[in-house]
Amino acid sequence: MSIRIELRNIIVHRAGLPVLEIVHLIIKAGRIHALVGPNGAGKSTLLMLLTGLIAPEKGEILINDQPVKDLRDLIYRRRVGLVMQDPLLLNRSVYENIAVGLHFRRIPASEIAGQVENWGSRLGIMHLLARKASTLSGGEAQRVALARVFVLQPELLLLDEPFGELDRKTRLGFLHELKILLPMTSATTVFSTHDEREIEELADYKIELGNGKISASNNV
Amino acid sequence: MLFNNPDVWEITLLSIKVSGIATLISLLLGLPFGTLLALSKFPGRSLLLTLINTGMALPPVVVGLAVAMTLWRSGPLGGLHLIYTPSAIIIAQVVISAPVVTGLTVAAMQALDPRLLLQLQGLGASRSQTVFTIWREARLPLLAALMAGFGSVISEVGASMMVGGNIRHQTRVLTTAIVLETNKGEFNNAIALGILLLLITFLINFALTWIQQRGVKR
Repeated sequence: MSIRIELRNIIVHRAGLPVLEIVHLIIKAGRIHALVGPNGAGKSTLLMLLTGLIAPEKGEILINDQPVKDLRDLIYRRRVGLVMQDPLLLNRSVYENIAVGLHFRRIPASEIAGQVENWGSRLGIMHLLARKASTLSGGEAQRVALARVFVLQPELLLLDEPFGELDRKTRLGFLHELKILLPMTSATTVFSTHDEREIEELADYKIELGNGKISASNNV
Repeated sequence: MLFNNPDVWEITLLSIKVSGIATLISLLLGLPFGTLLALSKFPGRSLLLTLINTGMALPPVVVGLAVAMTLWRSGPLGGLHLIYTPSAIIIAQVVISAPVVTGLTVAAMQALDPRLLLQLQGLGASRSQTVFTIWREARLPLLAALMAGFGSVISEVGASMMVGGNIRHQTRVLTTAIVLETNKGEFNNAIALGILLLLITFLINFALTWIQQRGVKR
């Protein structure tokens, strides 16, 4: 399952000023896109737009070639999974954290248990399931944040600098694992990063943003 | 013995009932309103927050005066015949405790990471699921808000006296009974009632604290 998104003449304002102006961008189905650019270039705004958390003032959005009015619709949002730089786990057990999005979708408990086990073992966090999330290390917490989204089997996976808070050693380990795990999801993926190595290891396409505008979009 | 006196139990039960209902109503009003104030932006929000914060320090006698004038026979709601009834005390106590619960709910919601809302929505939470999840996340300060709301009304005397009238078998509560016994010079009775009031406050807060601390991070 994956999704193709096309943005045309998109303008997003914040405090009355344009922070994102995209003339034309295609997010290709099933491919991995790296979003790069300096701080304040509009990377997070684009990810928020694609997550359905903000709406553009102007422009046209096509999903699988069908025009849509508003991405903030709950049905669309439930096709998307967002991982932020900070894991932002709930003050509950690791199991409950991984299951929370499935509970939002009212998935039966038996199915939830299967999904948690499936992704919990792939991410090597089965031994953490009963722990309180507040007791995890930074790397462990980010694994839980990834499992929490992978269990949802999103058609569009959005990662906002997912390695940004991790130390170099943990980051490299993660990178290696994600390279194996991302193709398993078959989701269309967009991740923002500052790291050239992450782009080379993971991405099929590189989208460069500067001052809220696409400055380049290339194959990696 | 004071505790063999059926009047004492009647007064005690009425105190718990009146303040319990007032706190519950305050929670039903203050929790959603405080959440709305904390999470949304609209014109006049700052003024409302200032009014709520001022309301947290409202003197009970001033509330009693305002509610008494409203419910007085010649007042705007005099036709409801509520003055000197337990309902009048509940109304006055809601006016006292609702701003406390609302103000502390605002503080509890604003203490959460603002990105948590985005993350929950990014996991597919509906609006109501988002609100219930953050209430659960902020359950410790929200229980503190509930305790503060209850504490503000179980111990107040001015408003209960003014709108309830301290009528035996009808509107006499522990605090107004303590005032009466003190005025009569019956200090032993007043002290015993005071200890009973403290005991009730302790037991209810002990129960709420136990619930609260079960959720504390370890």
